[in-house]
Amino acid sequence: MTKEEVFNQIKDIVKDQMDDGTADKIEETTNFKTDLNLDSLDVFEIVDKIEDTFDVEIESDEGIDTVGDLVDYVLKQKA
Amino acid sequence: MKFTNFRIAATASAVPKQVITNDQLAQIMDTSDEWIVQRTGIHQRHISDDETTSTLCTSVANQLLEEAGITANDIDYIIVATMSPDFLTPSVSAMVQGNVGAKNAAAFDINAACSGFVYGMSVAHDLLKGDRQKRALLIGGETLSRLIDWHDRSTAVLFGDGAAGVLLESADDEHGAWRGEDIKTFGELGRHLTAGHIVNRNPFSKQVDTQSPFFEMNGRRIYSFAVRNIPQSINKAAECANNTINDINYFVFHQANQRIIEHVAEDMEISADRCPININEFGNTAAASEPLLLDQLIKNQKIKRGDLLALTGFGGGLTIGTEIIRY
Repeated sequence: MTKEEVFNQIKDIVKDQMDDGTADKIEETTNFKTDLNLDSLDVFEIVDKIEDTFDVEIESDEGIDTVGDLVDYVLKQKA
Repeated sequence: MKFTNFRIAATASAVPKQVITNDQLAQIMDTSDEWIVQRTGIHQRHISDDETTSTLCTSVANQLLEEAGITANDIDYIIVATMSPDFLTPSVSAMVQGNVGAKNAAAFDINAACSGFVYGMSVAHDLLKGDRQKRALLIGGETLSRLIDWHDRSTAVLFGDGAAGVLLESADDEHGAWRGEDIKTFGELGRHLTAGHIVNRNPFSKQVDTQSPFFEMNGRRIYSFAVRNIPQSINKAAECANNTINDINYFVFHQANQRIIEHVAEDMEISADRCPININEFGNTAAASEPLLLDQLIKNQKIKRGDLLALTGFGGGLTIGTEIIRY
């Protein structure tokens, strides 16, 4: 699975979590809190969906601040 | 007459007098009313001053006896669900038994954390079966404020103190309340929510004990556990009761977090008015939370005789459970 494929799937998951269209501008550097105005519970839900989609275990949301952090986490787990 | 079920004869609750608001917490830790409300739905909680788990539970027991118009001698069992007892021994239930003078009652505590009340109802259901009519006080009571690290803003804002319970009487199946249940434990996940670690102080041990005696929680794991397992638990309990989700009038959820309840309600396509909430007033009171809400809804006449209810608890253990009852 390429980095681009993982990024696009994660982008779709984040879009589903958002209701207001701001997710269209998602890049790897997009920060969940400061750019998307998501709180920790929103991130919990995104991480849950990513665990199901990629069949990976994400023990904690610590250190996951941006979309790129999640992409890297998934790629590392799948390596 | 053969008794195979129970009916709820009375409900009661007791909470500490002292109310602590989010703004008061913001004076002693780095948090704010807005932050707490957005993530939890909690506006305030009752925090004990001189009250203990046993004094709160004793108040509930006395109210139950008074409401039902019976004496303490008429009680066969006292079951207290708690994860914050005054002592490891005597149990809170034994203290309540002594305080109210229920000489004929066998008393014991159960600890299934936030699922304690529904686990207790499952136990009471079995105990009240038989050829003779029996009565049980089932009380969920907590003073979780004693288990809080008041410097840890991630957990200190969540919990509150209180007690509430029901008087259960043996009944035949036709007039009985119990319809079905699902209770389940996930011990392999228990490390994600711990509290009350007892330090090893024996002089012959070389172990260095580093576990905190206070609440420690992996919020992400607990949130995930709840939203994934609650729908399954309710569906299995409803199936056991030969009911559909649409048959259930009200869902009395453990009040851990308003966002969890909203997520589950949306996931199961249950309207918000069928998922009443009082976490805004009391915070998370673990085993006390479902009976606190149940008592409030019955006293406010929102829940009426004949209503079908799903009581769902979930939390430490990790445990989960749902009881389907017709009030």
